[in-house]
Amino acid sequence: MHEMGIAMQIVEIATESIPKDMAHARVARVNLKVGKLAAVVPESLRFCFEVAARETPLAGAELHIEEIPVEARCNDCNHEWTISEPVFTCQKCNSGAIKILSGRELDIETIEIADEDATNVS
Amino acid sequence: MFPEGFKIIRHLHHHESHKSPRTHTQSGTVKNVQTSDNRKIKVVRRVLDVNQQMAERNRQMFHENGVFVLNIMSSPGSGKTTTLEKTLERIMSNIKCAVIVGDICTTNDADRLARSGAPVVQINTDEFGGDCHLAAHVIEKAANGIDLEAIECLIVENVGNLVCPAEFDIGEDLRVVILSVTEGEDKPLKYPLMFRECDAAILNKIDLLPYLDYDSEAAVQNILQVHPGIPVFELSAKTEEGFKPWIQWLTAQVRSNRNH
Ligand SMILES: Nc1nc2c(ncn2[C@@H]2O[C@H](COP(=O)(O)OP(=O)(O)O)[C@@H](O)[C@H]2O)c(=O)[nH]1
Ligand SMILES: [Mg+2]
Ligand SMILES: [Zn+2]
Repeated sequence: MHEMGIAMQIVEIATESIPKDMAHARVARVNLKVGKLAAVVPESLRFCFEVAARETPLAGAELHIEEIPVEARCNDCNHEWTISEPVFTCQKCNSGAIKILSGRELDIETIEIADEDATNVS
Repeated sequence: MFPEGFKIIRHLHHHESHKSPRTHTQSGTVKNVQTSDNRKIKVVRRVLDVNQQMAERNRQMFHENGVFVLNIMSSPGSGKTTTLEKTLERIMSNIKCAVIVGDICTTNDADRLARSGAPVVQINTDEFGGDCHLAAHVIEKAANGIDLEAIECLIVENVGNLVCPAEFDIGEDLRVVILSVTEGEDKPLKYPLMFRECDAAILNKIDLLPYLDYDSEAAVQNILQVHPGIPVFELSAKTEEGFKPWIQWLTAQVRSNRNH
């Protein structure tokens, strides 16, 4: 529902991340990590990204989304497991004291500069 | 997030996109690696870090002024405004409050709340692009219209939505989610992020239970399954049945903030 705002943030961060010595570089791909708990619908984000990227160095770039599973660790028995149902108690000892290790991500990992432009500069 | 149905299950076995072959290795080892076509540049930034930073700034500003901030979230119509009205009636004599209302569903929320005597700032989220949540910069702007030194508690009625507000820190100290008995018992399972992010849950409109085929025990159980140990207050904002434990708990939270 707020995917357009997020897409705009992605475009902004990616644009800022283009190295200064690569003026006019075009970004071909953005690699994004999205946790399964993140309040984002990947299909909708891809659509918004395409729109937000227009007339920027990211125009036409691919948004590659890696979905990250929800991993948890029990504070009481140290058991680690992947949460695949909405149950947030320890699988082993039933403790409710758990730590979420992953699944909240909404992170830009890397951007990929289209090669033809990268070679143009030097 | 899993707004409709549970995405964890649906996507578990096919989250590798077929049309885009993986060219990157595990995170952390990819700096400027030459791939077949493109030049990879490491970024590693949270997309929402601008909001996060702004939220931390708000938090600091509120703390400096000794203001405790409560963020109230729910679906549209679950009873945020009504619960707030009744809460203000009971606590205003002890705790000086102000309110920020972001809910776009009804226009008279601010008027209803202002009757309590608390200063109320209504945010028209349309102004910020018709957002489905309150972001930290919106709260900062709204807080400018409030004399923070004159209050102890700022209550924010967030936009009616169980998805997006859970993702956006606004600089609050406490988050409360309201579920009403006219909504499905399984809502906590469909919106686990919201119920996990909150510090307390209210099950509202219990005055309607005699007329409904609603299993409130199951609803509470589902809340606890998603967030073990979370305080759950079953109450009616209309009749004020069950209101006392909620008020006592909230007052204790604000007090504990006062003491440090
Ligand atoms: N029967 C009953 N109705 C309620 C209760 N709390 C709120 N309502 C009604 O539910 C509707 C939506 O309430 P409101 O507080 O505006 O919800 P909001 O959109 O979450 O702010 C209004 O018609 C309220 O009068 C309650 O405890 N019992
Ligand atoms: Mg309201
Ligand atoms: Zn355990």
